[in-house]
Amino acid sequence: MTPYRIVAAGDSVIVVEFEERIDPIVNDRTIACAGALQRAAISGVRDVVPTYRSVAIYFDPLRTNGAALMARAEVVARAVSSRSSDSPEAIRSPAAPSPTVRIPVCYGDELGPDLADLAAFAHMDETEVVRTHVASTYRVFMVGFVPGFAYLGVVDERIAMPRRASPRLRVPAGSVAVGGVQTGVYPMETPGGWQVIGRTPVKPFDPGRADPFLMKAGDAVEFYPIERGEFDTWAN
Amino acid sequence: MGELSHEHGAATASLRVIKPGMQTTVQDEGRWGWQASGVPVAGPMDLVSHRTANALAGNPRDAATLEVTLLGPEIEFEDDRFVAVAGADFEITVDGKAAPMHCGFAVSSGARLRFGRRRLGARAYIAVAGGIAVEPLLGSRSTHLVSGMGGLEGRSLRSGDRLPLGAQTPRLQPSPSAAQPIVPLPDRHALVRVLAGPQTEHFAPDALDVLQSAPFVVGQDSNRMGFRLDGPRLTHARGADIISDATALGSLQVPASGQPILLMADRQTTGGYPKLATVISADIPLAGQLVPSDRVSFVVCTPRAAMVALIAQEQMLMAIEAGRS
Repeated sequence: MTPYRIVAAGDSVIVVEFEERIDPIVNDRTIACAGALQRAAISGVRDVVPTYRSVAIYFDPLRTNGAALMARAEVVARAVSSRSSDSPEAIRSPAAPSPTVRIPVCYGDELGPDLADLAAFAHMDETEVVRTHVASTYRVFMVGFVPGFAYLGVVDERIAMPRRASPRLRVPAGSVAVGGVQTGVYPMETPGGWQVIGRTPVKPFDPGRADPFLMKAGDAVEFYPIERGEFDTWAN
Repeated sequence: MGELSHEHGAATASLRVIKPGMQTTVQDEGRWGWQASGVPVAGPMDLVSHRTANALAGNPRDAATLEVTLLGPEIEFEDDRFVAVAGADFEITVDGKAAPMHCGFAVSSGARLRFGRRRLGARAYIAVAGGIAVEPLLGSRSTHLVSGMGGLEGRSLRSGDRLPLGAQTPRLQPSPSAAQPIVPLPDRHALVRVLAGPQTEHFAPDALDVLQSAPFVVGQDSNRMGFRLDGPRLTHARGADIISDATALGSLQVPASGQPILLMADRQTTGGYPKLATVISADIPLAGQLVPSDRVSFVVCTPRAAMVALIAQEQMLMAIEAGRS
């Protein structure tokens, strides 16, 4: 049994909190808890939002009793926390695990203006930085910040350069960046403080697509390098 | 009040923006169900006035309205419509003649609704019978300005814009008298109730007392995402960073400065600062009417008091909604 607690955030949100650390095992538990609550389709629940180590349940207090909802969340949290390899399948996602999301990236030059700085930080050449960035399989710990922005970890310590001292006012859509032990793809042009090392022609968020979001919490993600010519062909 | 004409199948009708006002956006009840993908909820800053305007115009509660901010627009109707305006107290005219707030009225094809002086409050809602019929995005017509989603091209209105209107139902009657505003507008000061948490333990033991000790001033750079508040300094006990988690509407998040930010409709779905307290649902509409440099005092209440206030508000809304036909 691992610790958890359930707290209210105002009168229309309940939060289930697991252990206070960034850890794939804790994150798995969080995502399993969110999945079970989503599948329960509880009347009056508006949104179930998993983050690194907690699940927020948004509900309409005029349609759902907060205390009863808390009791249901407690049952799910307890089941998820006590689960071992032989735990009830109901808690595990019934769907097959998603295939790894593979994202093409054109690294460096004007599409990755911070690659040279990152290479200097890592005492590597740029090619080695790219090789290191593509070598890891990352986990989507959560999606937040802007629509479709997946927080990916864990970045190899050698290239885990801290965020810039002053954020850029405009980071172009598709920029692939490193911020400490996290990496991610900017789905739209926004301000941003992470080190931009490349750009992908793939859209993390495209409202016109059948599935508008490329990545969801718990997914595995890998990057692979492409040449500028391929990027331009893909992007057009 | 003119005779109401009944346009059937008038989904192609539109209204035209002559002057956009300071920040006028299309809002419905919000883009729920996508926060796990990082999509902010958006929706009206004052849900009660949005629903009131819809009820008075004969619309269902989730029809899209126009949210007007501080300086109102001028709009022209291209067909006969039933209209209502609720929320912040503005002088409004139709073709130069005074029109009432909080009361449905008919406008004729070619009529111009114009916002004049603002007396109290920050945001008013224009409901037009049939609703603003922009294409929904992920199930909602609400505009989220920062991500450029929803509404009309994800932005606030501009001069010359045309907004499509839905078909209006034929059974409408003008409401006999003006409804009283359900939430009294703040007059340079609001008393707002909060519930403690969710991260009270990240703060010094007296932080909730400090929060209630004096009013906070609403900052000039406040917007639909949130209000920066200037007042008694709140002290952290465990540093100003947490592992990022979800952000409820009305959260008082406190960065290292010790000055809280009240998270409102367009807030990001996640944040990395601890949250000392959360404004109760019934008082969010009041907060949504605050103007920069207004003062806001917080008082901690019980979950029971929060529910009593919300139920009372809902009963008043349902009475207006029931009386619409």
